[in-house]
Amino acid sequence: MAQFLQAVVDGVLGGAVYALMAAGLTLIFGVMDIINIAQGILVVLAAYLSYALSVHLHIDPLLGLLITVPAMFVLGVAIEWAFMRRLRGRERVAMSLLVSYAVAVIIEGALYQAFGSTPVGYLPSYAIKSVHIFGFYLPYIYLIGFGLAAAALAAIYLMLYRTKFGRSVRATMQDKVAARLVGINVDRVAALTFGIGVAVTAAGGMVFGATNTFNPDSGYDLISRLLSIVILGGLGSIAGALVAALFMVTAEEIVNIWQPTWATAVYYAVLVIVLLVRPTGLLGKREARAQ
Amino acid sequence: MSAGNLARLTAIAALLAFGFAFPLVFTNPAVTNDAIYTLIFVAWAAAWNTFSGYSGYLSLGHAVFFGSGAYFTGIATRDWGLTGSEVFWLLPLAGLLGGVIALPFGLFALRVRRHTFVVITIAVFFIFQLTAYNLATTGGTSGLLAPPINFASATYNNPFYYIAFGIAVGTVLFSWLIRRSRFGLQLRAIRDDEDRARGLGVRAMRIKIGAFVFSAVPVAMVGGLWWYYTALVDPSSGFDPLNDVAVALMAFFGGLGTVAGPVLGALVIEPSYLYFQQQVSAGYFFWMLYGALFLVVILVLPRGIIPTAAEQIGNWRERRRSKGADAALLPQATTDAGRAKELA
Repeated sequence: MAQFLQAVVDGVLGGAVYALMAAGLTLIFGVMDIINIAQGILVVLAAYLSYALSVHLHIDPLLGLLITVPAMFVLGVAIEWAFMRRLRGRERVAMSLLVSYAVAVIIEGALYQAFGSTPVGYLPSYAIKSVHIFGFYLPYIYLIGFGLAAAALAAIYLMLYRTKFGRSVRATMQDKVAARLVGINVDRVAALTFGIGVAVTAAGGMVFGATNTFNPDSGYDLISRLLSIVILGGLGSIAGALVAALFMVTAEEIVNIWQPTWATAVYYAVLVIVLLVRPTGLLGKREARAQ
Repeated sequence: MSAGNLARLTAIAALLAFGFAFPLVFTNPAVTNDAIYTLIFVAWAAAWNTFSGYSGYLSLGHAVFFGSGAYFTGIATRDWGLTGSEVFWLLPLAGLLGGVIALPFGLFALRVRRHTFVVITIAVFFIFQLTAYNLATTGGTSGLLAPPINFASATYNNPFYYIAFGIAVGTVLFSWLIRRSRFGLQLRAIRDDEDRARGLGVRAMRIKIGAFVFSAVPVAMVGGLWWYYTALVDPSSGFDPLNDVAVALMAFFGGLGTVAGPVLGALVIEPSYLYFQQQVSAGYFFWMLYGALFLVVILVLPRGIIPTAAEQIGNWRERRRSKGADAALLPQATTDAGRAKELA
């Protein structure tokens, strides 16, 4: 029972970080109608940035976020401007997947070139120490990750629902043509949204890097989890991504207690079962199904 | 028979003759080795296109069939103690297995459309890869080795070459037949507007599943052949996500939804991939080059070579014809005619 509760607590804390990374993915989808397959490798790239800062420049990864978040934001805007904006026509959906995959391959190659394939990791002091409350052992890094994710998700929420820019983002999500007609610069909204969606990987990657060893190959595992989460939650729904991430990661932690080798399969099994019952995902809109 | 048809038939016959004679002319095993891999991808891309190209449902999960075919052939060879060319008889069974797997996969995945469908195919793909890692019978991380084969070394590659060639030709023929048939028309109606097609009486689910199952068969067959030729399958090589994307790239490069496009794409991309891999061995620079090529293809030639070229030739013919008919016709009018044709 204690093991079970510990798994639930770990799942909720870890799930928040996945929720943040998935929120970026689903936000990009909602605004631009594309799935950014590169999200997984971008998380790994952010983890390597934190690694390089902490090992070579001795900058604490947490402090390093001041550098990595803007850097990832700029990279996201650049990817949108250089490639995503140029996709037009009937096969746009398919092409956007392939283009973001190509971007992922290039980044993966660059990471292999720069860092090699040996798994690396960094252990800031707060990744080793843990706090003991209510009978649970909670590593500080989990608490920091949870706090970061909660703060970033709250910021995204406030941005979407309390600012003028957020209103134009939501308008673009609802109807691109109408948004353009009322004077919203849809291209600008798309670029900034892509930037924000990628910038959250900086925080996610920092926590991921501090809790796992990783190499450039880790991107595949991450993207398959993130995709499962956003589809389960319902494409384009941030609340859905949040619920799905907490649920999936907790389920994985629980299965992990007695079946470590099959724990990852939980993601896909849950996804398959839910979609059989509800093809739009947990909180997805009906439109998500229309061609 | 029109001149165009005659030219086309001659070209096909020449291509077939070239394919037949290839291992007799190029006896260097390094060359036939590349040819075998290329033919495997010709079959895979053509099969993938009969589903994804015609129906518009982008599958990034066909490696499920490739890996299943490879593992099935490997396990059956080991458990039934097959050797030498006996193993080749397993390939039709591997194809059958691919079709059997595709049925429930399709029944489940084809309930959703667009992005969700793509992601479901990726998810199913990872379930299969994980299963291959975890089961005892698949050999886990170390995978399955093929038994040594006692073919004469000078012509060692030839049986593999001709079987790959046969599967590739059969798949392309099959793709052509589908495209000409009512079934192919229904598939393309689904691609253009699924709801409207259903309104017109197309039984969309059946048609989609049919195409999905058919497209799985050749992929599973070349998967089995690939295992026997490469002599090793492990979870990351049998179920390789890069193969799925490479096949999609081949189809896009040549022309998605055309018969010849994926073939052309595979014939261009796979040999250049192998060449780069062998030449640019310095680190992972090759990866970046591949990704960049990928981007260029999609951004510069979004509709693929064959449709773009067909349009250019059509425009050129149009221009020549109208020049002959009325020399005074302004070039502006002819380009408009070309454009109208393109729109139609």
